[in-house]
Amino acid sequence: MTEAVNQTNTVKQHFRIRVINRDQEYSCEAGKSLLTGMESDYEHCINIGCRGGGCGVCKIRILEGMYQQKRMSKAHIKEQDIEQGFALACRIFPSGDMVIESDHQQAPAGTQQQSEKDVKNN
Amino acid sequence: MKKGIMRPGHIQLRVLDMEEALKHYRDLLGLIEVETDEQGRVYLKGWTEVDKFSVVLREADEPGMDFVAYKCVSEAVVDQLHQELLEFGCQVEEIPADELNGCGRRIRFDSPTGHFFEIFASKEQTGKWGVSNTNPEAWPRGLTGMKATRFDHCLLYGPNIAGTLDLFQKVLGFDLAEQVVDDKDTRIAQFLTVGMKAHDVAFIEHPEPGKLHHVSFFLDTWNDVLRAADLISMNDVSLDIGPTRHGLTHGKTIYFFDPSGNRSEVFSGGDYHYSDHPPVTWSADKLGKAIFYHDRVLNERFLTVLT
Repeated sequence: MTEAVNQTNTVKQHFRIRVINRDQEYSCEAGKSLLTGMESDYEHCINIGCRGGGCGVCKIRILEGMYQQKRMSKAHIKEQDIEQGFALACRIFPSGDMVIESDHQQAPAGTQQQSEKDVKNN
Repeated sequence: MKKGIMRPGHIQLRVLDMEEALKHYRDLLGLIEVETDEQGRVYLKGWTEVDKFSVVLREADEPGMDFVAYKCVSEAVVDQLHQELLEFGCQVEEIPADELNGCGRRIRFDSPTGHFFEIFASKEQTGKWGVSNTNPEAWPRGLTGMKATRFDHCLLYGPNIAGTLDLFQKVLGFDLAEQVVDDKDTRIAQFLTVGMKAHDVAFIEHPEPGKLHHVSFFLDTWNDVLRAADLISMNDVSLDIGPTRHGLTHGKTIYFFDPSGNRSEVFSGGDYHYSDHPPVTWSADKLGKAIFYHDRVLNERFLTVLT
């Protein structure tokens, strides 16, 4: 009986994350970032870079949902970006279900970065 | 031709959160925490390094590299190179002694790739950490994590690496040890050394100026690299690639990210270079093997994720 209660208590809350541009969704464990939650759920709908808020590869736009966030490189997320819902998925920690749009990284001019390639390699 | 620069001296990195960064550089890499200055910058070093510090962390809202500095044999060399840097056309700034605690005056200058470099000749020498300079034991007790022995080199991305090569060869006296050349004979990557190491700094051609690819720390053995890989898994650290071997320089390596997204490398082994050696060349059509000798396949993230 005690065991069953403990088990219930240790079940982690999960949130449903819809990635509308990819027509995909995944289940993100509470306490994990959008990006880590996606990797833990074996899904590939946000490109993976440094996972530390520095490189900008996982740039998304948040359309709906509540979340907490950690500091992100201002090289990739500027003041006006925040107002428009742009964020780095590795620094966003959902506190409820969310709807997002991925693939918002803009590769610097002159590089041949392709999001499709990133997906394949991750 | 050598111009009186000895070796890499220190690198200042920007991090988003100092406490998290220290868990990476001190607890995981195993660097020794030396001190925190009035600005809140934290100084660290590898345990074998004789000078007081080699890594400086500064909290900022954009990760990356502020500058990397090279140590000269004398203040006279610093003066001579200062002149030559001005003649080369660099923007040059004199940084007074003790702007970094324990470091003498530095000359800071820009470069065609958009990175800032420094030269200096004087820094407080606190000796290797935990071992005496007389009858020294093999290693000190009390090291943590990967037990990184020293800051070794950094790889920088920016435009016009040919211009920066000119600066490093002609003014600073570095040698081109290794290069990657494309089918039009354009150099797309260059590995420079100022001593016998395979590289003291490296550059890859890239349109955005002033970008950092990685900061590298030396380990003694391949087994130490595997042990580093174990620690990366145990601590759920963001892995980039490895453990593997490079074709370029033939070092045995693993890449991972600090909590602000700056890439770290720990590596062992690798080739050596003397000034009379011609550069080793990899052709761009063998770039996969040049970078990852075993996989022989390029990894998009390795080439494009920068801070």
